[in-house]
Amino acid sequence: MSEHVDIDKQVRIYFLVFGALMVGTAATVGAYYLDVSVPVALTIGLFIASVKASLVACFFMHLIDEKKIIYWTLALTVAFFIALMALPILTSVTDQVGDFAEVEAHEPH
Amino acid sequence: MEIPYTVEAHPETGLNNGKIGIWLFLTSEVMLFGALFATFIMLRLGSDGNWAAMQAEAELNIPLATLNTAVLIASSLTMVMAWASLMRGQLGRFKLFGWLTVGCGGIFLVIKYFEYTAKFEHHHYPESSTFLAIYFAMTGLHALHVIGGMAWNAYFTGPGSKVFHTNRQWLTDRVEHSGLFWHFVDLVWIFLFPVFYLL
Repeated sequence: MSEHVDIDKQVRIYFLVFGALMVGTAATVGAYYLDVSVPVALTIGLFIASVKASLVACFFMHLIDEKKIIYWTLALTVAFFIALMALPILTSVTDQVGDFAEVEAHEPH
Repeated sequence: MEIPYTVEAHPETGLNNGKIGIWLFLTSEVMLFGALFATFIMLRLGSDGNWAAMQAEAELNIPLATLNTAVLIASSLTMVMAWASLMRGQLGRFKLFGWLTVGCGGIFLVIKYFEYTAKFEHHHYPESSTFLAIYFAMTGLHALHVIGGMAWNAYFTGPGSKVFHTNRQWLTDRVEHSGLFWHFVDLVWIFLFPVFYLL
């Protein structure tokens, strides 16, 4: 992070982030008890987790005030990470499309 | 021969060796846990709708896991406070927050121990189901990271802190780097918690 930092201001931010993370944890658990479908629960849960992770990365890991080379390194990592996550999802979609085509081919016209 | 840029920043990157090193290490960690998350997605999508049943059968303890999440978040706060204390030149407060961080890691592991032993008492082992296999693999690997982070922090808070009197900036930088690892471990748990216990 930048060499010239106002530590007192930083410490205040750390406590605010800590509070937000605790609220986020309570919200995640609260969302579990909501009577919603699995896709909605997944969306809510992962959205809250992403917000919490962003807070940790930006403020506790000082990414909000970091050098360009770190941003570029992380951008490359994110690109590979997305490709990695896309593999199982695309495989599943391809399988489902294949199953659908197979069923259609066997249906009498 | 003296190694350059161990404390002062390299003119090209604006960072010292340690900072570059820890971020490169963390990117490899992202891919390690990423591969396991990809495996998780693959197993869940391929479970033919049996995932919820396997998850229910595993009887994961949500209150204990919530407590563990709070403990790990608290440890992230104590970690940055340890670094902030060094920036202010307060060795005593640095040691206090450093040991609190190590202590929080210990509490996390004790809670995890109770969780694991409860599973084993009910004969829930990694081979019992696909869900438990990936659950033990990912939470176990995460626990190993917690142990590694605790050892790293304990060194700098204990014997490593002697450097404070001779090379304070070196110690401050190293604590920042160990903090980056610790926060990454917290960040991974932030995703593991909802993925295994709640969704």
